[in-house]
Amino acid sequence: MKKEKNAKTAAKPAPSLKKDREMPFYVVKRGDAAKTPGRSILIHGGAILIALLLCGIATIFVTGDNPISIYATMFKGAFGDAHNLWKTLQDIAILLCVSLAVTPAFKMRFWNTGAEGQVLISALATAMCMFYLGGAVPTPVLMLIMILCSILAGVIWAVVPAVFKAFWGTNETLFTLMMNYVAIQLVEVFLKVADKSGSNTVGPNLLKHGWFPELFGQKYLLNILIVAVLTVLVYIYLKYSKQGYEISVVGESENTARYIGVNVKKVIIRTMVVSGALCGVAGLLLVAGTSHSIDSNLVGGRGFTAIMVSWLAKFDPLMMVLTTLLLVFLDRGASEVTTNFGLNSAYSEILTGVIIFFIIGCEFFINYKVMINRNHPFFKKKEQEAAKEVL
Amino acid sequence: MFEFLSQFIQRSILQGTALLFGSTGEIITEKSGNLNLGIPGIMYMGGICGVIGGFFYQNAAGRSINPVLAILIPLLASLLGSLAASLIYSFLTITLKANQNVTGLALTTFGVGFGNFFGGSLIKLVDSDVPSIALTKIAKVYKTTLPFAEKLADSENIFGKILYWFCQTFLSYGFMVYLAVIIALVAAMVLKKTRVGLHLRAVGENPATADAAGINVTAYKYFATCIGGMIAGLGGLYYVIDYANGVWSNNGFGDRGWLAIALVIFAVWKPNLAILGSYLFGGLYILFNYIDGASMQVIPLLKMLPYVVTIIVLIVVSMRKKKENQPPASLGLSYFREER
Repeated sequence: MKKEKNAKTAAKPAPSLKKDREMPFYVVKRGDAAKTPGRSILIHGGAILIALLLCGIATIFVTGDNPISIYATMFKGAFGDAHNLWKTLQDIAILLCVSLAVTPAFKMRFWNTGAEGQVLISALATAMCMFYLGGAVPTPVLMLIMILCSILAGVIWAVVPAVFKAFWGTNETLFTLMMNYVAIQLVEVFLKVADKSGSNTVGPNLLKHGWFPELFGQKYLLNILIVAVLTVLVYIYLKYSKQGYEISVVGESENTARYIGVNVKKVIIRTMVVSGALCGVAGLLLVAGTSHSIDSNLVGGRGFTAIMVSWLAKFDPLMMVLTTLLLVFLDRGASEVTTNFGLNSAYSEILTGVIIFFIIGCEFFINYKVMINRNHPFFKKKEQEAAKEVL
Repeated sequence: MFEFLSQFIQRSILQGTALLFGSTGEIITEKSGNLNLGIPGIMYMGGICGVIGGFFYQNAAGRSINPVLAILIPLLASLLGSLAASLIYSFLTITLKANQNVTGLALTTFGVGFGNFFGGSLIKLVDSDVPSIALTKIAKVYKTTLPFAEKLADSENIFGKILYWFCQTFLSYGFMVYLAVIIALVAAMVLKKTRVGLHLRAVGENPATADAAGINVTAYKYFATCIGGMIAGLGGLYYVIDYANGVWSNNGFGDRGWLAIALVIFAVWKPNLAILGSYLFGGLYILFNYIDGASMQVIPLLKMLPYVVTIIVLIVVSMRKKKENQPPASLGLSYFREER
């Protein structure tokens, strides 16, 4: 193919060569010194503010309500009373857990788009343990088996694409993406086997055993505590452990990693094991700690949202707490607004999309600088005119 | 048996056409080095924008539907919607050099939300008195088949019957089914035989080399992503107006967008192979209807098949390392001239 290309381009120059392609502006990369945290916070904050304003304007158009009462409704929906607040915290915990799971892989530039499937398959493993072993073995033993099975399921789902990536360079984005749908259909099989009535969920009436205990009368408190501990652990793992350092070296440059004697294949597989195990915990929390039921939409796109959360937080687990807070607030707030006005709840997805567009867009202004091309005819002319006026 | 086969093929083609639009669009996009994971969202956008256009036209026109306008208005609205979505993606990934995976996923979130929101709330938003969005009149125009296909039906002899089956199998569709095939064939031709296609492939393989050879990388990337997005958007339009008879149902489009992306791998980045692949996937998608005694537990396993097949193709392609079957070398990477 290369040869063909050379022959053809040599025979006749590409038409665009003839035209003068100088632009009035050009882009240069900022040095690391220019990327101060202050600037970054300023730009990010500005982007989020603009995005929120835009969302507000769109919401005014859609609902016809005044902006202050819309934001008040959103706030009420997310933090209004004790029930809403706990629900919000719980949503944050689950999304944060999935985000923590995808982060080590992302830091390694392994584009795991399969968190959705990894969480779902471990949710399935948990539900199967509850369904088949519930009542047959004492609860502590059941709990232990559930934890082991769900983590194992997540690890298997994550490590298969990793092995193929490590040894044959198989495209991991597409591979993990496909694994999601295999997991979804496996859940469907279980639903049909477990519930002969043909319903689309297997609910708490069939999964009676192995529920997480309530702490201080709060259903979700245990989930939140587990995720809080995991957040700190992942932070330490990525920032202070040798393995965490190897991950970032492989992510920066595989060649460098190989040069300094890192076994890249081993790092890829090991990191995906960690990633899958964390997804396993998320699946466990979802079934045993939250819904006590399973259906094929249990994860509800969190696997994909987690990718955005992790990216927006620049793979920093502590920053991820803030980004999940932002996205969950939007989601719960927007659903409150749409319920009030009898509109479709998908509105929150539009808002999430807009916010993320702005945040990823603004990163350009952190990493690059737009410069004026003084040699461009446009500016030359202006300069000449200015000079004439002075004369 | 013959009749059964003919019916099965017909259903597969009807089911596969939406996938064909999506995968042709994604192939063109990926050839420029942009891995657009926003295709599912773009297909929703294309679908809902066509529906919005058609809804307003059908309400305005009342009883007298002009067939030309009934086709053009939803078509143009759909193209505009998917163009807008592709422009968001292009601007973020090409001009602002944002990460393609994240941008694509955000676009999918946005597009699916956009589709479901307007699909679910359009009637309330415009204060219309109809109970639900049903573009049946427009769907009828879209589903108009070739005039002679019906007439051949009543022949008595064996040739007549074969001809009838032939017509049923291959000529009984609305124009969009043929449009999908034509677009795929044209795309294959352009990619393989023309200078534009060569430049596009060069941009996807190695943008720095293409840039050095005087090819305008940015323009090619924008162009390919937008054209690809618009073609994919037609898939959404086809699904709602033709396949679903003009009735929008939330999440009705399902996972077809991801299946279209899977198809790109299955077709090893060749639009002409995507034609066969999409009908095959379409057939796999509906196979469970045709298996006698398929119990409820087996249906999901059959639905899993397209994905498993895709995974196997992906693995085999990466193991064999045949040059012409590889993904474009710079797939998923944004290009910045000063970077080495």
